[in-house]
Amino acid sequence: MEYFDIIFREVYKILFLLVPVLVSVAMIVWLDRRVWAFVQKRQGPNVVGPFGLLQSLADALKYIFKEIIIPASSNKVIFILAPIITMTLALIAWAVIPFNEGQVLANINVGILYIFAVSSLSVYGIIMGGWASNSKYPFLGAIRSAAQMVSYEVSIGIIIINVLLCVGSLNLSDIVLAQQEMWFIIPLFPMFVIFFISSLAETNRPPFDLPEAEAELVAGYQTEYSGMMYAMFWLGEYANILLMCALGSILFLGGWLSPIDIYPFTLVPGAVWLIFKILFLFILFALVKATVPRYRYDQLMRLGWKIFLPFSLIYVVLTASYLFYFNLLPTN
Amino acid sequence: MIAHAIFFYVFSLIAIISAIMVTVSKNTVHSVFFLILDFISISCLFIMIGAEFLGMIMLIVYVGAVAVLFLFVVMMLNVAQQKNQWLLSEASSGHIPIGLIISALIFFELIIVIGGWKYKPDLFNSDNLDISNELSNTHSLGQILYTDYIHIFQISGMILLIAMIGAIVLTFRQREGVKKQSYIKQISRERSEGVEVLDVPSNKGVKIDD
Repeated sequence: MEYFDIIFREVYKILFLLVPVLVSVAMIVWLDRRVWAFVQKRQGPNVVGPFGLLQSLADALKYIFKEIIIPASSNKVIFILAPIITMTLALIAWAVIPFNEGQVLANINVGILYIFAVSSLSVYGIIMGGWASNSKYPFLGAIRSAAQMVSYEVSIGIIIINVLLCVGSLNLSDIVLAQQEMWFIIPLFPMFVIFFISSLAETNRPPFDLPEAEAELVAGYQTEYSGMMYAMFWLGEYANILLMCALGSILFLGGWLSPIDIYPFTLVPGAVWLIFKILFLFILFALVKATVPRYRYDQLMRLGWKIFLPFSLIYVVLTASYLFYFNLLPTN
Repeated sequence: MIAHAIFFYVFSLIAIISAIMVTVSKNTVHSVFFLILDFISISCLFIMIGAEFLGMIMLIVYVGAVAVLFLFVVMMLNVAQQKNQWLLSEASSGHIPIGLIISALIFFELIIVIGGWKYKPDLFNSDNLDISNELSNTHSLGQILYTDYIHIFQISGMILLIAMIGAIVLTFRQREGVKKQSYIKQISRERSEGVEVLDVPSNKGVKIDD
């Protein structure tokens, strides 16, 4: 019985985290389309519900009632597994995101490595979907996305090392608490810019959305998917984008910490600050989508390997030597 | 403790079954997927014995990078269509004894290593290592790796670098007649070089040089 007690308590906690995440994913899709529309002087979705807020729910309902078509020549098991894996991986990473001091589902010592591992696994959903469709466009999309995500993970990893040098711990709560004096965006601003661009590439967002470039590859790895399976890819993608925004705000924007440490601002709960920071980063993502043309594939690879990787490596050396010279290395 | 044991047996069962499936599976791409499942369950086992850093690094390095490249190569070579017919054909029969000898050798090596460790525990005494129990996994690993074993660590890095350079040198070839974009040329292009505004007289048009 003891075990059941523990399991029920954990399931309750997980639901308390996942339901808001899923709802905010739906809302964020609406926000994305809305921002995109405003940049182009359109209205965007504004019919369903107040300001069109319920548009995503209507879309989800539509997807649920659509038929799921499985191509006859596809590899059926892997074809069905792919969207499930994408969505699961996008959701399990939220377990280690701290919303306030102590408000975290799993306060593990290697939190940042866990997020990094899960986001490096998320490439499999795309590869499996692309390969199992047994069709040219999805396969090309999958190959592109595999190469792209592997290359940009390298620079994200090295950027994370920069932050870890300043913190001295892999725990996400420790990373936030280390920013009480100064957010890492100030000393590591170039790294924040590279992290932002790399996370655009990591989540296959424009201008790096080559895996699903509609002008060349129809819809890339999602071409053969329909109904709820397509919606799961879509939800997973947006949950990943939100996760990268959350990671960016934890690593560089001080997580749940209030921007000004004066009386009325400290009353606001930390989770609200974190949500504001995630939203800020997400609106940046949406603005980039609306304003920047798509990269060519060789330019994308060059940017990742020849510019971001050497630059962030040099910055690691700089950070390490600065901390060592001024005796600021974190000790514990 | 029971839950711990259940999880241990579940993960090791998945690891063993997927390891067998890697070799048995007829489709090469499926083999790679089973290999990934194997890596994941092994990293779960690492995490269960408290080596959370090793488990995560296993996931990041093997599953996140190495297996992706495996999959990449297997998919690109299109061996999936051949469905491992080779194993059943005549050509394979000469290679099977050699493969068996090699696997038997590896198996005996493993037995010797584990046996030596089991029957002579002071062969490798972890008490000699200067670790305090209060430090986290990552800290203690770093303290040993970057102090006592720094040279071995650096040398293994060098070996990887040499392997990488070797692979690039072996596979790199400059082909003739391949069109390439020069970034410097593209970026340094000015508007005045590319665009010319002409005053077009009506009903006559303009002749543009090709």
